[in-house]
Amino acid sequence: MDFDLNDEQRQLKDSVDRLLADSYGDLAQRMGYMKEPKGYKAALWQQYAELGLLGIPFAEEHGGLGQGLTETMIVAEAFGRALAIEPYLATVVLAGGVLRHSGNAALLEELVPAIVEGKLTLALAHQERQARFDLADIATTARADGKGGYTLEGEKAVVLAGDSADKLVVTARVSGARADRSGIGLFLVDAKANGVTRRGYPTQDGQRAADVTLSAVRVTPEAVVAGPDKGLQVLERAVDEAIAALSAEAVGAMGGLHELTVDYLKTRQQFGVPIGSFQVLQHKAVDMLTALEEARSMAYYATMMAAEPDARERRKAMAAAKVQIGKSARFLGEAAIQLHGGIGMTMEYKAGHYFKRLTMIDMAFGDTDHHLRELAKMGGLT
Amino acid sequence: MDLRFSPEENAFRQELRSFFRSAVPETIRAKVSENRHLSKEEMVTSHKILHAKGYAVPHWPKAWGGADWTPVQHYIYTEELQYNGVPQPLPFNVSMCGPVVIAFGTPEQKKRFLPRMAALDDWWCQGFSEPGAGSDLASLKTTAVRQGDHYIVNGQKTWTTLAQHADWIFCLCRTDPEAKKQLGISFLLIDMKTPGITVRPIQTMDGGREVNEVFFDDVKVPVENLVGQEHRGWDCAKFLLGNERTGIARVGYSKQRVQRIKELASRVMAGDRPLIEDERFREKVAAVEVELKALEMTQMRVLAEDRHRKDRLPNPKSSILKIRGSEIQQATTHLLLEIAGPLAVPYQADSDDAQFGSNEPPEDLEWAAPAAPAYFNYRKTTIYGGSNEIQRNILAKAVLGF
Repeated sequence: MDFDLNDEQRQLKDSVDRLLADSYGDLAQRMGYMKEPKGYKAALWQQYAELGLLGIPFAEEHGGLGQGLTETMIVAEAFGRALAIEPYLATVVLAGGVLRHSGNAALLEELVPAIVEGKLTLALAHQERQARFDLADIATTARADGKGGYTLEGEKAVVLAGDSADKLVVTARVSGARADRSGIGLFLVDAKANGVTRRGYPTQDGQRAADVTLSAVRVTPEAVVAGPDKGLQVLERAVDEAIAALSAEAVGAMGGLHELTVDYLKTRQQFGVPIGSFQVLQHKAVDMLTALEEARSMAYYATMMAAEPDARERRKAMAAAKVQIGKSARFLGEAAIQLHGGIGMTMEYKAGHYFKRLTMIDMAFGDTDHHLRELAKMGGLT
Repeated sequence: MDLRFSPEENAFRQELRSFFRSAVPETIRAKVSENRHLSKEEMVTSHKILHAKGYAVPHWPKAWGGADWTPVQHYIYTEELQYNGVPQPLPFNVSMCGPVVIAFGTPEQKKRFLPRMAALDDWWCQGFSEPGAGSDLASLKTTAVRQGDHYIVNGQKTWTTLAQHADWIFCLCRTDPEAKKQLGISFLLIDMKTPGITVRPIQTMDGGREVNEVFFDDVKVPVENLVGQEHRGWDCAKFLLGNERTGIARVGYSKQRVQRIKELASRVMAGDRPLIEDERFREKVAAVEVELKALEMTQMRVLAEDRHRKDRLPNPKSSILKIRGSEIQQATTHLLLEIAGPLAVPYQADSDDAQFGSNEPPEDLEWAAPAAPAYFNYRKTTIYGGSNEIQRNILAKAVLGF
């Protein structure tokens, strides 16, 4: 039991924090990046590559750094605090996680070096309109061509970073009924391949997503990431790691938002005194601190448990973490806006952007109620 | 960063678990799990079993019987002790007065008091609160006036837990009425057999008799029973209250209560299925489990942080543990009440309690009987040890810098 970062991790944290403080110190910088062609700052993506951030979870034999979930957590928390919008989660954690857990050596050897160098971005085209939070609910079909390849047909909704990604990792049903747990395959598709149509748009929290239509999209045997025998299991591992990363990102955002709020309470004057001298506001700020510390504790727990091989234990832990993150984020976010008063409502002030990101994190991969229901169904944590 | 326990730590946990389960009588542990009151004899028995093994004061310095454990070992010890329903070694002795004597006492005081305190040969109680001094503790009025080699103590303490069992009381008394509030207070050790002390029980709404009023009427206290400097007792008090906050999370007891909630809710039927299968109920249980896990992890983080603190002052973040720990304890007692449902209604008076009239004890309700009293009784947890509102004041000042 040890909560300390080692020297290398501390170095990583320092350099990520420094880079993001420079690049995102001012909200106007972020607004500028959103207007770039890809919807984020491409030059910054290259700097992430130079810092080694893009290779963190990949094995050294594939060209990665062979680091772990703690390092991913450090990056994710820094992203949360800075409100960074580059597609780290989409490329490295989600699609990258699917590739890693598929164990598909040929694809890993081919793709990882390009990802690590910042030359290739990915998106996980999984979510469908009808599925809500059920990972197995997939209507998109993959028809075997008899020679090891497939033809994909279907529609994917709100694919994170889907409009800028170079390649898509697509989930599709090879066999079985719509929400069956078996029969789901994972396929690598070039974003510009024949039959792929993308409709991109900004998201509530300043990032970008796309609705993707797949119409007779051909997949060669080499581009089958994982077959229908284990597609869902691979997807679940990647999503669990994404929940851990999102938890850390939420903690970063909550930390930034709480600090902003406490500073505001200490400087804003009303009735001739700083409003932070009022006990009712102090206690609210303390309750926000408690929510933040609980969230941080559960983000650590998620990071620890995301590597748990027992799928059931892992699912329980991730559900518990997502419940806490969702609860803390909503409480802290709403309170922060309230304590700021009118300025907190404006587009030009950072608090609202933190709040929006936190709210969208709750919507990702199961909201608070969803995970509480799932956890209860599994008999609770113990 | 590695949040797993090492194989050595897991072995340590196993060793403690099997000791607690084999050495501490099952009857005592069952009473703790079922929220029943323990007799003085049961508490002393359990304490002495722990003491014989070196488990009553492991957090004290080695010279006074401490165990020289790592912070993680201390954490595991507390959690296992609580999880297995072992009564906490008497906190007034081991967590409150003992550490103050160790930090502020003279060599003679240490020799005289600590061994008997550790062994529970003397039962201590806490003389802090007064009718006019609750959250505003420093406004206390009990006086100690120096006369030769004695102090003469007059005044009244209240909410004195288990004073009816106590041999000694540690007291905050005003020794300098002219000085500013905190500056005129002294920390005195007083023998409960001294003439002039009267203990009057206060019955709480659950029917229990845990707390008392203690009256002092010209009580003579030898000057050598002053701990620390005269008029500087507030330093001792602050130190003591800080220590109290860390132990107050009671994660292990809450974990055990969650297990009990699940067991009982699997037995109790709600219509044609066990209550635990009721979606709304089981989601409430799961929600408490999440809160408890967050508390547990936070407690470990505070512990880890403390290792890096150069001062030995209490970590203000332990106020978070007090706030959430007490709220979670209350939530678990409410879940037990919900399980009991209409069977929680009968009031089973203690044998010495006549005010509610005689009753025939209801049959076969052993598990349901303490549900409502425990729920009522546990409202105290957000009030004692510095009310949760005072904890928020501490956090606002010490952590957020207001």
